[in-house]
This record gives sequence, structure tokens and C-alpha cells, in this order.
Amino acid sequence: MTPKPKPKLAVWKFASCDGCQLSLLDCEDELLAVANAVHIAYFPEASRAVAKGPYDISLVEGSITTPHDAERIHKIRRMSKYLITIGACATAGGIQALRNFKDVKDFISIIYAHPEYIETLNKSTPIADHVFVDFELRGCPINKYQMLEVVNALLNGRKPNIPNYSVCIECKRKGNVCVMVASGIPCMGPVTQAGCGALCPSYNRGCYNCFGPKETPNTSSLAALYEKLNVSHDDIVRMFRTFNAYSEPFRKESEMYEK
Amino acid sequence: MKNSMVVIVERKDFQNLFDVLSKRGYQISGPTLRDNAVIYDNISAVEDLPVGWTDHQEGGRYRLEQTNKKSLFACVVGPHTWKKILYPAEHTFIQVKRNGSKLEITSAEKKPPKSALIGVRPCELHALAIYDKVLKDGPYPATSYLQRRQDLFIVAVNCVNPGGTCFCASMNTGPKATSGFDLALTEIINNDRHYFVVETGSKLGADLLKEIPNKEAGIEETQTADKALQKAAARMGRTLDIKGIHDLLYRHFDDPHWGEITKRCMTCGNCTMVCPTCFCVNVEDTTSLDGRQAERLRKWDSCFTVGFSYIHGGSIRATETSRYRQWMMHKLSYWQNQFGTLGCVGCGRCITWCPVGIDITEEAAYFRKNDK
Repeated sequence: MTPKPKPKLAVWKFASCDGCQLSLLDCEDELLAVANAVHIAYFPEASRAVAKGPYDISLVEGSITTPHDAERIHKIRRMSKYLITIGACATAGGIQALRNFKDVKDFISIIYAHPEYIETLNKSTPIADHVFVDFELRGCPINKYQMLEVVNALLNGRKPNIPNYSVCIECKRKGNVCVMVASGIPCMGPVTQAGCGALCPSYNRGCYNCFGPKETPNTSSLAALYEKLNVSHDDIVRMFRTFNAYSEPFRKESEMYEK
Repeated sequence: MKNSMVVIVERKDFQNLFDVLSKRGYQISGPTLRDNAVIYDNISAVEDLPVGWTDHQEGGRYRLEQTNKKSLFACVVGPHTWKKILYPAEHTFIQVKRNGSKLEITSAEKKPPKSALIGVRPCELHALAIYDKVLKDGPYPATSYLQRRQDLFIVAVNCVNPGGTCFCASMNTGPKATSGFDLALTEIINNDRHYFVVETGSKLGADLLKEIPNKEAGIEETQTADKALQKAAARMGRTLDIKGIHDLLYRHFDDPHWGEITKRCMTCGNCTMVCPTCFCVNVEDTTSLDGRQAERLRKWDSCFTVGFSYIHGGSIRATETSRYRQWMMHKLSYWQNQFGTLGCVGCGRCITWCPVGIDITEEAAYFRKNDK
């Protein structure tokens, strides 16, 4: 019996900082097991060796910000059996989606000496706005264990254990004391999806919503609480406008508090 | 217990309790300060307790304050519950290995250390009794809970100083412990004297007490303790009228007020995580990348998540309103159908630790007030 060929894995980059791809390389202890389980066929960040498509699993990092990328993602979709987006850029447009609230032409003329060379779209958009996405992995950056879990689940034909509930649930499982209730620190945990292991509250900081909106997020209730904690309207806008600013619930809530 | 005895242990002899428990091989857990709150953790000496601290609790707000008194137990319950020890937040219970075409399934349960809990409040004793009913005495007991519960030594502390969100007097669960403990203490600071009125609740408790310097309690000392507890019952931060609460909530099942509550409810799940009677867990399977090994683990879950009521085709309780109603009606109505008691012990944690301060006693009062 010939062994089953290993599934081919490709890692693609769009507008992003490479941090999520690095999370894959950061799987130091597990990297050999990953290389054993899949054929890393296209991963320029890690290797110049490139194997031709089609690919069984495509991990896509970054958001769509140029006309060229808006074309390229369709080609990748056609070459991929499963397309999984990794990180806040690919899933919500990323920090660069802050420009979606302004006119991008204003920036171009200020920043670039030769604006005529710049070809960019007016908005930074997530991959799912352009092609069908099989699974979205949240985070800025992603959690490497969640990354492994998704690949692992796919290889073993099971559902990935990636919950959509709040950061609070993993925060309390960890035994943390609520920073908002006990210390009055504004925290995004109640509207943010779990996955980071409640990293910031574990160090007595409020959550920054790196993992984006949780299922059924009640942003207006949280914003009303921030007002009680004396957070200014400007700061409420800033809190909702970070890595997942253009996700619908956070965008709408920030617009409510914008002058 | 008929054979219980009541003695006095002076504050200066209190460390002996820790020493005797340690000597007998117990790992001691109790209240201690961390991150601006009193939590439950391993402790070994009187100094580990929140000496001289008291707490102020309101809906969505918890603050500690240092006092002049050197009380050991002036803080009531904090964000932790004893389920942390007895029914841990994450627990692997099965391991599976692939051996050729066969699967080898083995238990992952490991024998836990013998535990002693110091500072268990009367409401928490009632919560433990509920846990016993659900996890130990039913037809399918949880092995891990049985193991942890078996050798448990419980030092209860009566509440002479109830908190701002406490309502045990309404639920008939406090402020005085009546059963379910090995020793029960009432802390008294009277002028310059600091002592504990100690009641035994088991043979083991009485036996252990022999190794701690004590004297027979005088009438005046027991009366002081009783009076302090009567006063405590009269100054609870909250009240909840439980008369006919089961039917009352059923009558209001379709009340639009549930929708008003969920304008504030963030379905974050904090209330369920800090609740001493919430026992719901999710079971997850994990695999090794090569598919040769698997584990099955249990994690605290919450009825506030969409996934909690997911069955084939979707979630039964897709709306936030249906999830909040499920939680509150389970505590005060369905629990009675299911287990014959209320599912709420009046500890007030869900009020204090709800970031937006949703108050189960206020909501129950609303339905009562608007009952025709």
C-alpha cells in the first residue's frame, strides 16, 4: 500500500505585517510534526522552494487593498481546496482599515512624493468580501495553538475547537479577577472573541479586542458602561477602532460615538 | 448534628488549625489577596488570609478596603468559588491511543491531593450540597468530583459581616452554617479580645480540634456570636422574595421585560463562571497531528454562548433574550423541577461580577411587582 500523499499547504500574503505567518514558524516544538503531516508547498516567508498548485489548504494573511490583490485572491481561491484566512487583516480588514473611515486620496497626496505611482483601493477589505472562505481564524496576531488546531482538525476530519464566545469565559476559567469590576479598567473582553487565552487581563490590562467581535456582541451596553467609567467619547471611538475597526459591530458602535 | 460541641479558640492559637491540617497531609485552600480581590488559592498560614481587609460590593463593582480591625474573615465571597478545586475549569479525563486497527482507551484521572478548605461560607455549603446532588449522588457521578470530594475537610466561616450583594437570608442558606462542615467558625472581635466560636460538625472535626488549644464556650461568648449572626441576617445587601417564585417566572415567560434586560446583558458569561452552582461543561476532543492519539477534556461552559444549545441544524437559544431567561429561570424555576431545590444560594456573585451589574434580585422583584 502506498502511503497517502501529504496534503499540500500554501501560505499567501496580502496587505499585512507578516506576524500571523510568523506565528506558524513560531510553532517551534510542533513544526516538525506539522512538516511531517503536510507538504509545505508554498510559503515564501519560510522557503524559496515552491511546488505548483493546486493546494489542499491555503492559509491567507492580509487584507485586499489594491486592484491587483483583488484579482490575485480569485486565482488563489481557484487553486485551493480549503481557504482559511489567518488574522485580523484577512478577517476584518486589519488596522489599515482605519482608512475606510476617511478618503484615502487625502493620505496619498500628503504621504507620497509621487502620488501618481500609487494604485490603491479606497477601502481595505477582508478576504471574505471577495471570495468564499472556509474558515476564519481571528487575532492580531493569531494564536499559534489555534492555528495548529485548525490544521489538525482538518487533517483528522473533525470540527476545530475554536469557540466564538467572549474572552471573559476563558479569562474566568483561568482564574483571573475581572479588571473592570475590581479595578475599574475599561476592558473589551465582554464583546471580544476568545482565543488569546485572555492575555491582557492576565496582566491586569483591559482587553484590546485583537480577536474581533464575539458572537452576538452587545457593543452598545459595553459603550454605555465605558461612559460610566468616565471614558470620553473620543476614547470610546478609539477603543472600537483598532485591529478590527471595520468589523460591522465595532464599526457601527464607533460611528455612534463619532462627533 | 446532635453531638456537636461548641468551643472557643483564641486568635493567637488559630495558626494551629493550619499546622494540624498540614501535618495530617491536607493541601489547604482559602481566601487570599490577589489583583485587588479576595480569591481562593493554596494557603499555609494565618498571614495568607486577607488580614484586616473588608470588601465593598455593588452591581458590577468590587473594591477592597483596609480597616483598623485585624479580622481574618471580614471579606465575604469574591470572584472564585470552590468549584475551582472540586470541579476544575479544564480537566482531561480520557486518553486514546491508536494501536494498529485498535483503539486503546484509558482513564486520564489522577488521584488529587487531599484538600482542606478554610473559609467556606454558609451559602457555599449549600452550593456544595447542590454539587453533591448533581455530580456525586446521581446515576452518573463525575469521577474527578468524587475523588476531590471524598477526603475534603471543610472549615466553614459564618458571616457576621454580609456584603453589599449578599441575600442568603432570603434564600435560607445563611448567614449561619447548619450542616455540611467539619468545623464552623464565628469570628468575634470584642474590644481587645479576638477569638473564634468553633462548632464541630463531624467526628473528624472534633478529633482535629483536640490538637488545637481551646476551651469550652461560655454562655456569654456563644450569645455574642448568635447576636452578631442575627444582626447580620437583618442587614443583607439584597433581598429576594422566593415565595412562589417558580410559578411567578413561568407566568412571565413571555414578558417583554426579558428583552429590556438583554439590552444591557452582554451574554459574556461572567455570571455563570462565578456562580457556585453552575456546573455546565462542554466536552472537547483533541487529536495529535498524526491522528495516533486523542484526548477528551471537559471545560466549564456557559448557557450564555450560542454553541451551548447547538444541536443539528442550529442553536435552540439563538437570541440573547432566550439565553438570559434560560439562566435566570433555571436558577429560580426549572431547578426546582429538576433537583427539588432552588439553584441560587444568594451569594450575590452574579450581581457583583456582572460588568454591567444586572441584578437577579431586582429582576425577580420587577416580575413580582408587575404580577397581576
